[in-house]
Amino acid sequence: MATSKSNSSPKIELVNVRKSFDRKTVLSDLSLYVKHQESLVIIGGSGTGKSVTLKCILGLMNIDKGYVKIDGQNCTNLSGKDLDTHQSKFGMLFQGAALFDSLPVWKNVVFKLIQSGKLTSKQAKEKAIELLAVVGLAPDVYKLYPAELSGGMQKRVGLARAIAAKPEIIFFDEPTTGLDPIMADVINELIAKCVKEVGATALSITHDMTSVRKIADRVAMLYEGKIIWTGYVEDMEDSGNPYVEQFINGRADGPIKMGTV
Amino acid sequence: MIDIITNPLALIGRAALRFFYLVGKLISFTCKSVVCCFTPPFYLKQLLKQLVDIGYYSLPVVGLTTLFTGMVLALQSYVGFSRFAAENAIPTVVVLSITRELGPVMAGLMVAGRIGAYIAAEIGTMRVTEQIDALSTLSTNPYRYLIAPRIIAGTLMLPVLVLIGNVIGVFGGFLVSVYKLGFNPANYIFQTWQYLELHDVTSGLVKAAVFGFIIAVMGCFCGFNSKLGAQGVGRATTNAVVSASILIFVFNYLLTGIFFSGR
Ligand SMILES: Nc1ncnc2c1ncn2[C@@H]1O[C@H](COP(=O)(O)OP(=O)(O)OP(=O)(O)O)[C@@H](O)[C@H]1O
Ligand SMILES: [Mg+2]
Repeated sequence: MATSKSNSSPKIELVNVRKSFDRKTVLSDLSLYVKHQESLVIIGGSGTGKSVTLKCILGLMNIDKGYVKIDGQNCTNLSGKDLDTHQSKFGMLFQGAALFDSLPVWKNVVFKLIQSGKLTSKQAKEKAIELLAVVGLAPDVYKLYPAELSGGMQKRVGLARAIAAKPEIIFFDEPTTGLDPIMADVINELIAKCVKEVGATALSITHDMTSVRKIADRVAMLYEGKIIWTGYVEDMEDSGNPYVEQFINGRADGPIKMGTV
Repeated sequence: MIDIITNPLALIGRAALRFFYLVGKLISFTCKSVVCCFTPPFYLKQLLKQLVDIGYYSLPVVGLTTLFTGMVLALQSYVGFSRFAAENAIPTVVVLSITRELGPVMAGLMVAGRIGAYIAAEIGTMRVTEQIDALSTLSTNPYRYLIAPRIIAGTLMLPVLVLIGNVIGVFGGFLVSVYKLGFNPANYIFQTWQYLELHDVTSGLVKAAVFGFIIAVMGCFCGFNSKLGAQGVGRATTNAVVSASILIFVFNYLLTGIFFSGR
């Protein structure tokens, strides 16, 4: 694609985004950018609106104010064909995996490829087993249904589905939650690899600091509907920001008061 | 609660606004879905699955309902007609009531309970577990993939169910009349055919198609807009069945009025 344009503008850009539900404002004035082939991790307390941010970028929710830009193009509150084109650029791992429970695992994984009609059923099945191996699942899992999998396995199937079609932009909503430490490390490496080798742009959410250090190029901290700190992952330890320090060290006392969010 | 005492007008106003908001939302949802029924891409596998789910698996329910309706109809009309020696009208009364009215309405209500609830619960769960969001991130329009097949299947299959139900219902009346009320079988069948017109059957089938459409649309609409959580899905299911049933009665009257003036 047009590399000249892409060098000048970030891949994803949010400008003064505001989003509220009924009377509750979740994002008040959020600005954020992710550069090409960069991995940004959003951290922040539970319920601060991290998942909502991803859904606003994807166009699954309309925003009340501000802009969403992809490759410098305005993609705010699209509908119809524009929305379809917009969404086809993304791969998304949902926080709750969101697997289709009427379909077996392998059809879930290669859903987009089957729908686009590029693969025969046999090729699709082989591709699915290949992708399952990438996320550390045994080949015999392919014929099970999502309800027959553990939470961590569902998460990994969701991950395989998100990366199956090699999207330009991948969102990971808490990719390592519910996984054991070893498997979490495998997944972290996979995410890092997606960015380094495949050249995708990644935006992830995680509470797991090990994971942040492993996958992030840059980190942004969300608090009370705004990004209160953003910087390179190396600078995170001595950010000088009391909120960030409290969060990454996991202390109960500090400027962030639980229950007042 | 305090509102009711201090400001009843505001309460009425709010309820009215909410009602019109919902009606508007339903109409725009219906238009969007109908457009998706007629424009590609079509998901034939999904359609086939829905045809089987809605059509084939509803057959026992519809069959039993219309069978007993036909049987009761024969008995009840015998009570009335024997008082002025008009028993010969029973076959005609049974077949006309079944084809014009009771077949479509009974089948519609039973299918609303069975399929309306099923659709609302399934789509509502998909909404709550973000599967509908996931569909759109996988380049698949949920209106085309989930809703259009259900609406097409509902609209096509209900007339088929009603046609079969009509035959079974008339047969129910036949059974009771012949084995309990002592009618001559050949005579009963002759009487059944004699005053039956094509219009009686087709008007019933048109009603059935409309009811099938209503059931599928209400199931999809309630499920699609389900509030989060198990409670939300439960409420969506109830709303789908209740609203579809009420709309069936309303449209039954409207359509009967139209057919009536046409005769
Ligand atoms: N569909 C919705 N309707 C109403 N409110 C919502 C909806 N989705 C999210 N919210 C509200 O937005 C806030 C942020 O939710 P979000 O899911 O983004 O949190 P989060 O930062 O991802 O938290 P967690 O780390 O626990 O996943 C929550 O307080 C929630 O109540
Ligand atoms: Mg979240």
